[in-house]
Amino acid sequence: MPKILTYIEAISEGLREEMRRDPSVFLLGEDIGTYGGAFKVTKGFFDEFGENRVIDTVLAEAAIIGAATGAAIAGMRPVAEMQFADFVTNGFNQIVNMTAKYHYRNFVPIPLVVRLPSGGGIRGGPFHSSNPEAWFVHTPGLKVVAPSTAYDAKGLIKSAVRDNNPVVYLEHKYLYRHIKGEVPDNDYTVPIGKADIKREGNDISVITYHTGVHWALEAAATLSNDGIEVEVIDLRTLLPLDRETILNSVKKTGKVLIVHEASLTGGIGGEIAAIISENAFEHLDAPIRRLASLDTLIPYAPTLEDYFLPNTQKVSDALRNLARY
Amino acid sequence: MSKVEVVMPQLGESLTEGTIVKWHKKPGDKVRKDETLLEISTDKVDSEIPSPASGVVTKLLFPEQKTVAVRTVIAEIDTDETAAASAASAPAKPTAVETAPPKVEQKSPVQEVRPVATPQPSLQAMPASGRFYSPLVLNITREEGISMMELEQIPGTGEGGRVSKKDILAYVDAKKKGIALPQRAAAPAAAPAAQPAAGPSAPRIESTLKHVESGDLVKKYPAPQYEILQMSNLIQKMGEHMVRSKQTSPHVYEIHECDMTKVDIVRRRNQDGFEKREGFKLTYMPFICDAVVQALKQFPLVNCQIDGDKIIVKKFVNLGIAVATENGLIVPVIKNADEKNFTGLARAVNDLATRARMKKLALPDIEGGSFTITNYGGFGAMMGTPIINQPQVAIIGIGSIEKRAVVINDAIAIRSIAYFTLSFDHRIVDGALGGSFLSAVIKKLENVDENLLV
Repeated sequence: MPKILTYIEAISEGLREEMRRDPSVFLLGEDIGTYGGAFKVTKGFFDEFGENRVIDTVLAEAAIIGAATGAAIAGMRPVAEMQFADFVTNGFNQIVNMTAKYHYRNFVPIPLVVRLPSGGGIRGGPFHSSNPEAWFVHTPGLKVVAPSTAYDAKGLIKSAVRDNNPVVYLEHKYLYRHIKGEVPDNDYTVPIGKADIKREGNDISVITYHTGVHWALEAAATLSNDGIEVEVIDLRTLLPLDRETILNSVKKTGKVLIVHEASLTGGIGGEIAAIISENAFEHLDAPIRRLASLDTLIPYAPTLEDYFLPNTQKVSDALRNLARY
Repeated sequence: MSKVEVVMPQLGESLTEGTIVKWHKKPGDKVRKDETLLEISTDKVDSEIPSPASGVVTKLLFPEQKTVAVRTVIAEIDTDETAAASAASAPAKPTAVETAPPKVEQKSPVQEVRPVATPQPSLQAMPASGRFYSPLVLNITREEGISMMELEQIPGTGEGGRVSKKDILAYVDAKKKGIALPQRAAAPAAAPAAQPAAGPSAPRIESTLKHVESGDLVKKYPAPQYEILQMSNLIQKMGEHMVRSKQTSPHVYEIHECDMTKVDIVRRRNQDGFEKREGFKLTYMPFICDAVVQALKQFPLVNCQIDGDKIIVKKFVNLGIAVATENGLIVPVIKNADEKNFTGLARAVNDLATRARMKKLALPDIEGGSFTITNYGGFGAMMGTPIINQPQVAIIGIGSIEKRAVVINDAIAIRSIAYFTLSFDHRIVDGALGGSFLSAVIKKLENVDENLLV
């Protein structure tokens, strides 16, 4: 009997199932024990799994990731929680210089998951709203996932835990409680490296992930009334990118809009655009367009944050422009 | 048959090309020697060109608005009596231009579409229209065996009339089903330039420039949001000259204040008598010209030009005066201004300015300047930074003359003040020379002879 879960409940359930399934899986992070985590992803975990598997740490991300990497080397399957994705920078050296390179350098797999509560739209301001995925996508040795639905959130956290490579798991804070969806009862996973076509269409492809999927789906529904059929590709995994699904969609529609909430310059949109123009140039009927947050810091003021972020209207406008081209 | 070739004349030493503005004759028309055959526009002047011989016009080799090099054959006239008769009986062709002779064809870099016999449609050939086709459209075109010529005829519904994926697929579909194929309204390659159409709906800019009514730009910038004007030869050449001057000369600007009070007094005192005597108003301009001529005599290095590593100092002053006309800016020249007295300068300024505005200047009137004065004060400018009129090395700009409070001998006085700018070419004129020259001009104006006109 499938049930309806919020995005955050789906993550919790996925983690819980993996911990029950495999005793080598354990959690560590700030306030994740009796407090249940800043966003309550691990609520009840301390009671069920005890202090040895749900470890409250010091306020030091380098120590969390360093300890988790050590545990992974020793054969455990740690899942490290950053309280906010913004603070992963304190553990950045550990991830890019140690975690990502260790398997290559020392022939030992690192089955580690780092969870990053990311994203804006929650009035978090410049220190609690980051979308830092591009840094990690630029780091060979890692896998990077970013689910948009409850189904994918649960399926991907389970795949991440079972993967023998370090996986950066970006969970979007705005989606935590705004998004609900059907999740099956049985044990399922969502494969890493496989995008999902969330809506089929022949006229324009939107390539996106996280919040962008929901903006794109809403915009696509509106545009469909005007006879413009938009295909929405949810990347789900950002490293490695599912080139096949991206290119097949472009070859079908000939027009592409890439949407992400991370700011534009140096974002993943540029990489996707390059892949398309290198591999599907002769299938393009319009310039590849990108829509992203503005190239500035995330503002506190609600009106400014709304202006800063993409939204359904901005996606609709960009799609209509492309349709007209 | 005896044939006379008409060539694009060289109307001035420095001219290399001319634009055919209007043909007065069609092929088959009779023409008398010295009868106007065409109008051309050049870098410097517009002119009517007389026919070099009597006979029948057999060929016009270039369409109107085409710019061709000087001494290029542009038309042919058959001077044979009998040919005249046969040509007259032949039906006149509605199109003004026949195929160019092989000689001209070799020279012009026109892209040819590949022979139709080749089975592979030629996509390497550039579209003659300059229309943009997306990679996808070209891909579909290639796969479906559609030639570039055929593609050029497909109407586009995308932005700016672009052929979109939908358009090309609809065309392919219609072609396969044998339905009548959509065609573009105007053949792009043969589209004539700028033909004013009757009855525009929205009020338009009043201009002597022609409105552009057809072509891809009209689709890109549709009316009524946009209006498109064809730049005249004069405006295009002005642009080229200005860019070339800035690239050639390192411009330096000095701005000095000039007290024109005394000039104003002399002018007012004499203006009625002067106008009665000469038939035109006494302006500030001859005073300024006079001062500039005297200062140029004092500093001959400002009245020079550069040729390689040599300085060519001119022993005469040919003073250019910038004149704004409804067709654009033109700079007639007062020849040997240093040989004229004040009244002579005033007459010359008036004569050239009047003829410039009436478009009656001949080529010699605008050639050979050695120094230029531009007076933008009349348009409200207090100061300006004029661009040097090559190959000269300096230009003086005159700002508006305004009454200002100034300090004289520790008292505040109301004086007529103007700001004079000297733009000079620092390859030859340095700040010391430029400043000394401009100071000399101003000193002469501020100490103008009160009996100058007596």
